[in-house]
Amino acid sequence: MAKRSIVPFGPQHPVLPEPVHLDLILEDETVVGAVPSIGFIHRGLEKLVEKKDYKQYVYIAERVCGICSVGHGIGYCEAVEKVMDVEVPTRADYLRTIWMELSRLHSHLLWLGLLADAMGFESLFMDSWRIREKILDMFEKTTGSRLILSVVCVGGVLKDVDSGMLNEILRVTEELKKEMKPVIDTFLNDYTVQSRLKGLGVMTRDQAVSAGAVGPMLRGSGEPYDVRALGYAAYKDLTFEPVTAQAGDAYARCEVRLKEILQSLDLLREAIEKIPEGPISVPVKGNPSGEYFMRIEQPRGEAIYYVKGNGTKFLDRFRLRTPTTSNIPPMVDMLKGCQMADVPVLILTIDPCVSCTER
Amino acid sequence: MEDRNEIRKITMAQFFPYIVRMKEENWRLVQICAVSVDDGKGYEMSYTFCNDPDYHMITLRVELGEGEEIASITQIYPCAFIQENEAAELFGVKINHINVDYQNKLYRIDVAAPFRKKG
Amino acid sequence: MLHYDASSCNGCDIEVLDCLTPKYDLERFGVINTGDPFQADMLLITGGVNSQTESVVKQLYSQMPEPKVVIAVGICACTGGVFKECYNIKGGIDTVIPVDVYVPGCAARPESIIDGVMKAIRILDEKRAAAIKDRR
Repeated sequence: MAKRSIVPFGPQHPVLPEPVHLDLILEDETVVGAVPSIGFIHRGLEKLVEKKDYKQYVYIAERVCGICSVGHGIGYCEAVEKVMDVEVPTRADYLRTIWMELSRLHSHLLWLGLLADAMGFESLFMDSWRIREKILDMFEKTTGSRLILSVVCVGGVLKDVDSGMLNEILRVTEELKKEMKPVIDTFLNDYTVQSRLKGLGVMTRDQAVSAGAVGPMLRGSGEPYDVRALGYAAYKDLTFEPVTAQAGDAYARCEVRLKEILQSLDLLREAIEKIPEGPISVPVKGNPSGEYFMRIEQPRGEAIYYVKGNGTKFLDRFRLRTPTTSNIPPMVDMLKGCQMADVPVLILTIDPCVSCTER
Repeated sequence: MEDRNEIRKITMAQFFPYIVRMKEENWRLVQICAVSVDDGKGYEMSYTFCNDPDYHMITLRVELGEGEEIASITQIYPCAFIQENEAAELFGVKINHINVDYQNKLYRIDVAAPFRKKG
Repeated sequence: MLHYDASSCNGCDIEVLDCLTPKYDLERFGVINTGDPFQADMLLITGGVNSQTESVVKQLYSQMPEPKVVIAVGICACTGGVFKECYNIKGGIDTVIPVDVYVPGCAARPESIIDGVMKAIRILDEKRAAAIKDRR
């Protein structure tokens, strides 16, 4: 039997911008086990609900993570609105959807860039991030900031987007569609990418479900589960069909995300065409009392927002289960049997978001 | 699609058989949430499951009294280990036999069970 | 330049990475991102410090050769920001190691990060000149 050795991976690692630590148990070059340890970015944000009232907490929820910020804001607000029985105006629902899809685009492009970087494909990395800048420009033009938008509030949204700006977004989506084509072609057909991703970290549909995978991990294994199909916010009015791939390997997950980029561009166009005129928020009075489990689809997968109110302005408990928390156990399963050199790429295929996970 | 999302209260005796049944019926474990109630004396544990094809979500709610212990579900759902360790470390819930028990070293924080309400 | 995320929300980290991509391109000023503290003379930290990252930050800082500068990027790295009241946050980076340049913002904009790095280069030059003078 080959000698076993334990190699620490992280926390400060060139491939990952975020600190995550893994103890890899190796037999020669093959990984036979992995023990994750987290907690480098744990801040205890859920505890802050006892110090900030439920309307202020939106800003904290948005700062759980800088990438999925919009989604956290929307998820938290929708959960509170369900508890308080608040009906959000339709225009606000549409605006939330538009920002959500823009943020999905920016998150997926960011991931594609990081994946290319992990494979050593530097020019593809730069190209993805160059395209991503256009989406950040859209954020800046519509809300005034690039990453943490702070436009969602309990009862609606804080800022309206006029028709000129909506047309501008429409123009950019058309432009992006053209620019994405060569990037998508490279990711799907390039020899280098295929040789690094095909057949790597295969997960069957049953394995993915029983390990609790979510998002592109689950859909890459052929399970068509996407919370957007439930029709929260404005998704009920838009044509939506979850994207899946069957192979269950790293390449399939990449394929799902690429197709979701195109899908998001279509959703954006449809939402902009259908958006009605009207108010953007309703006044919210009183304090939340009751509980609700809200789920929304973040770029990385299903996220759960649990809100429990006790009738005062401070919530009793806020719980956020982020997609990465669910995706770490399947990742550990996946790492078993792979080569040491493939570890960074495999970790990236779950699109880890450590600051979401640890909060 | 209709959003079916319910909370079912169950007793401690029903807890384990229920989890086994969920696993047999191929439900996906969505999340585990602990809430400190009764000024830190008891806990509410919520285990959420989802049946992916029809988006049906069920939350099983078990209430724990003062000093009461609960069995880990990692024997049935191995992927529960992170969230169970989290509940044990941040809330001080006594969970027995977690497979890969981090012994309150998951987050390695300085404060013991910060989420438990002080009475 | 060495980048370390102490306990930030990712926002600033992504903006730091953004600075290296075509639109902002920090490399045109001769700054290269490295993963090796022994080759770095500029430490760029995002996020406030907690008990776990404290030792890592100290270790990275001690591994870097003299002279060195530290840049705190984002309001959390400067003071603790919105997370200041959290039980697991000690505060800004300056509670652990000396900081030369503070870059505010939530998230810090790439323009201000570049500005901060430029200031840091000037400070680094001064420190280097002073060190050479001392040696003579």
